[in-house]
Formats: sequence, C-alpha cells, structure tokens
Amino acid sequence: MNRFLLPLSIFVVVVGFLGIGLTLNPREIPSPLIGKAAPEFSQPQLYEPEKTFSPADLKGKVWLLNFWASWCSGCKTEHPVLMELAKSGQVPIYGMDYKDQRDEAVGWLQRWGNPYPVVGVDEAGRVGINYGVYGVPETYVIDKQGMIRYKQIGPLDPDTVAKKILPLVQQLESQ
Amino acid sequence: MIWLTFIMALVSGPVWAGEAQPLGDDPAVEARLKHLAVELRCLVCQNQTLADSNAPLAEDLRREVREMIVKDMTDKEIVDFLVERYGDFVLYRPPLKATTTLLWVGPFVLLAVGGTVLVITLRRRSQKVVDVPVTDEEHRRVEQLLTEGGKHS
Repeated sequence: MNRFLLPLSIFVVVVGFLGIGLTLNPREIPSPLIGKAAPEFSQPQLYEPEKTFSPADLKGKVWLLNFWASWCSGCKTEHPVLMELAKSGQVPIYGMDYKDQRDEAVGWLQRWGNPYPVVGVDEAGRVGINYGVYGVPETYVIDKQGMIRYKQIGPLDPDTVAKKILPLVQQLESQ
Repeated sequence: MIWLTFIMALVSGPVWAGEAQPLGDDPAVEARLKHLAVELRCLVCQNQTLADSNAPLAEDLRREVREMIVKDMTDKEIVDFLVERYGDFVLYRPPLKATTTLLWVGPFVLLAVGGTVLVITLRRRSQKVVDVPVTDEEHRRVEQLLTEGGKHS
C-alpha cells in the first residue's frame, strides 16, 4: 500500500498542475498597464484626417478603446458584438485603426457598419506599442481619470461583454 | 524602342540592388540592436526572439529599439520601455522576483528532493542486503540443483 501511495500522490499533483495549465491561455499575456494611466497620443482621425483624436478629449468619461484593422479576421468576428454594444448606448467605443490603409478601413466600416463615434489612425503601429498591443483586436476599458482598468486580448464576445465589460463600466460610472 | 528598353533596364539595375540593403545604416547601431534583440521575446510567435522573428510586430519593435539606440538610450532604459508596455514576458530571461521564485528555485528544489530520495533509497537497500546464513542442508540442495538442473525437484 505504502509503496504505491507516494508515486500516486506525485501523479495526482502533476495531473493537478497540468489540469490548471490546460485552462490557461498562453496567448494571453497579462498587461502591466492595468491600473496605470492610458498612454497619451494624438492621432489623425479616419474620417477627418485634419482633426486629431486624443484620450485627453475623453477625460471624465468611461470609454472603450478598440484596436482593429480591416485586415484582421478576429475584428470581423467581434464586429457584431461591438455594433450591438454601441447600439445599446451603455458605453462609447472609440476605434484605433491599427497598421491599416485608410481607404480599406473606410470601406470595411461602410460594409459592416461603424460602431465608433471617432476612429483614430495608427498607421505606424506606435500607439499600439505604447498600449502593449501585440495582436488585434484588443480592447481597453478606460475610466474617468484616464486610467486603464481592463484589457481584452482577442475578440470580444457577448459573454465577456455581459459578465466583465458592462459590470466594470457600471462600477466605474458610479465612481 | 528596343534601345529605350535596354537603357531603362540598365538604369533600373542599381535601383534593384539598393532594395536588398539592411534598414539600418550604422553598423554600431545594428550590433547593439542584435545584442538587445536576442534577449527580447517576440510577442506574436512566443518562442522566437525579437531578432529571429519576421512578424510585423517584431519588425515594428526592432524599429522602435533602433530609434531608441540612435537616441542614445541605455540598454536598461530600452528594456524598461518594453517591460512597461508588454510586461516581463518580453524578456527572454525572466527576472528573479517574488512571483518567479518557483520558476528559478523550482528545478533546484526538485533536484534536492530527487537526490534525497535517491540517497535514502540506496541506504535502505544496502541495509536490506545482509548476509543470511545458509544451512548445510540448503547448501547441499543448491549444489544438487546446479549440477542436475533441478530435474528431480
């Protein structure tokens, strides 16, 4: 009995660790920017390039910053979710067109709908680097003080919106 | 017309040749970039360094690092810039911190545990193998088995 107890317990512990490992997503790298001020930028707007878009314009609001691109397939997947969220009017979603071409981005929004009140253009991907973006789509929840509170890596889905984004937005709104 | 094409081909030759040149001109900058890039992880293809990866983000990050080198920032400032944005994950060698103790110490703990178990097991075994007195009767039986191959048993 005792002979098998030790190997068995080691086996159980290893299986336990591997089991936890299976539930983790190695693609999701925790962002060090959560709880820190959203990096400043001033980028030309997609529709009116002579105007700029900056997080400073949104101080005092809770808002989402969504990095997307017309070439990104995950953005197409999450797009209906963004449209639905924008229609509900619960939180504004501002877009950042990441490493894209202006005419293609405009065409994409014309075809699939535009959930964004304003879209900024990050042609060189520098804003993306400042926000620690390593794959689009990525979405940031930014509070009234301009602090990053949450980062979604990969497409938003209705479940995440209902269980994470909206409760957080309501909590931040009431602060 | 043929001559014109010929001249154009001649003129365009050097332009093609120019395309293959590396992006950075300063060999000192490139050397520092290379030295830094092998220590940094590509965020997209996670088992490659920034130096090995051809992912667009890796190219952008190399450009960013190159610009910081040109601005004469120290290696530490450059690495901190990336860690601030992407976390420790961007480092190929994780730093020794409270959260990474298990990672750094774990293998040595396992080695120590394995070594202790090995020593204990070996000691126990040597205790088990003791001289057992063989009686004359048993000795004769062994002899018989060895010579006759145990036919009569």
